[in-house]
Amino acid sequence: MRLYGVVAAGGFRRHATYRIATAAGVFTNTVFGFIMAYTYIALWDERPRLGGYDMSEALTYVWLGQALLMTCAMMGGGFEDELMERIRTGDIAVDLYRPADLQLWWLAGDLGRAAFHLLGRGIVPMVLGSLAFDLALPGSYWTWPAFLLSVLLGVVVSFAVRYLVALSAFWLMDGAGAMQIAWLAGLFFSGMLLPLNLFPGLLGEVARMLPWSSLLQVPADVFLGKRTGWGLVEAYAFQAGWALALLTAGRFVQVLATRRVVIQGG
Amino acid sequence: MAEPEGASEVAFEDRSRLVEGVRAYGLIVAMWLRSTMAYRASFAMTALGNFVVTAFDFVTILLMFSHVDALGGYTLPEIALLYGMSATAFGLADLLLGSMDRLGRRVRDGTLDTLLVRPVPVLAQVAADRFALRRLGRITQGLLVLGYALVSLDIAWTPLKVLMIPLMVLSGAAIFGAVFVAGAAFQFVAQDASEVQNAFTYGGTTLLQYPPTIFAKDLVRGVTFVVPLAFVSWLPALYVLGREYPLALPQWAAFLPPVVAGACWALAGLAWRAGLRAYRSTGS
Repeated sequence: MRLYGVVAAGGFRRHATYRIATAAGVFTNTVFGFIMAYTYIALWDERPRLGGYDMSEALTYVWLGQALLMTCAMMGGGFEDELMERIRTGDIAVDLYRPADLQLWWLAGDLGRAAFHLLGRGIVPMVLGSLAFDLALPGSYWTWPAFLLSVLLGVVVSFAVRYLVALSAFWLMDGAGAMQIAWLAGLFFSGMLLPLNLFPGLLGEVARMLPWSSLLQVPADVFLGKRTGWGLVEAYAFQAGWALALLTAGRFVQVLATRRVVIQGG
Repeated sequence: MAEPEGASEVAFEDRSRLVEGVRAYGLIVAMWLRSTMAYRASFAMTALGNFVVTAFDFVTILLMFSHVDALGGYTLPEIALLYGMSATAFGLADLLLGSMDRLGRRVRDGTLDTLLVRPVPVLAQVAADRFALRRLGRITQGLLVLGYALVSLDIAWTPLKVLMIPLMVLSGAAIFGAVFVAGAAFQFVAQDASEVQNAFTYGGTTLLQYPPTIFAKDLVRGVTFVVPLAFVSWLPALYVLGREYPLALPQWAAFLPPVVAGACWALAGLAWRAGLRAYRSTGS
């Protein structure tokens, strides 16, 4: 267990090295936050209480989206490039001989990365957003840890999806296509572009059932106090259920994939 | 060299360098096209992906319009015109110069040095590097939305308004192109700040997809007078639609995009030269 702690700390430190890139990312998140906030204001001006959110809740949703974009890696950008490269070049054979579990190893590193991005790219845009707009911040102190737990579960779900995508490189060689599809789904079905509550009819029902809603929609609803009591338990169960199912699927695919690995002596 | 011949010689040299640059750009692009087409299935998939990812932007607007009839006082076809213009212009710039944002990585890993020693303009090499034909997906999507807007809008067409459409797309692409070059020049200084560029390019095109009425005055001022993105689509499109301009600008402002594009390229060119001159290799 200590080993994975060290790996997670390494993931955190590694991303913390890129200070200018982080500052640049904060700038971009803030610009997008402003643009989206104004479009949401126009929308909620026409239809107050759309999707069950009032104006300041809708604006809070925008800035939560910017804060969690990198944390939950909705557009990718975590470990998957590197893992795919190792599969393609065959370096993965070395990893398989290490006395550590492959999936847990990458999960630990990704949790470290997510923690850094939450602090490095989440807090500043959120603070700037709250200075420029009237945001609905939690009324109760308990909402903060409840929100963080939901974010943690969201990161694990995100990791589990991306791990499956990365493993597809064992069969596809060039996993760029699979990664792009996952990236698209993550962006659209997480609720990043528009809250899933606003998706009409069947599309909305399906979107809210898919794993990606764990990445933004569920944590945002926890933050906004839409999920309390049993509703909160249900939200956790939804996220944890997807996390478990996808991690198990990843483990299964990993076993299948490693059977394909032929190590050339030399 | 104070003689007038000297001056004309310099002008001639500048010109031949431009021709040489365009030629080199073409050759490198052709090379990347050949390599892309070696994996046709992968190309088809990524082009489709590029189409879909940009289409999601418009799907978002469609989803918004499933709840409202107008956004900021604009109907769906009117917003589709703004969207189609901005997306097509940006798509063109992204196709031709979208690889410029890799410059920071080249500075960091030292591969820029390889480009410096080749007898070909560096700008042409950086711009053509990894030319991605899949970006046609974005242009296709922009053109489709633009087509929808032109079909469903009820506009009293005049020759000037008709001329405005292609003029707007080309100057808009040039303005975005200048932003790409200026952004790359900035990366000579701030090596891993390519995301700042995204704020102006991707952020800019997202902003232009919505009517100016929904944004705060200061933001509109910023994208009109500081980074003149308003000339890409807002002003010319509002002329076509017969709508009121933001900031009470005069009517002829809609005809400025080619001038603004020229000015942007002059500034971007200066920035690029300054950046290249200031470049110090990492030595790796």
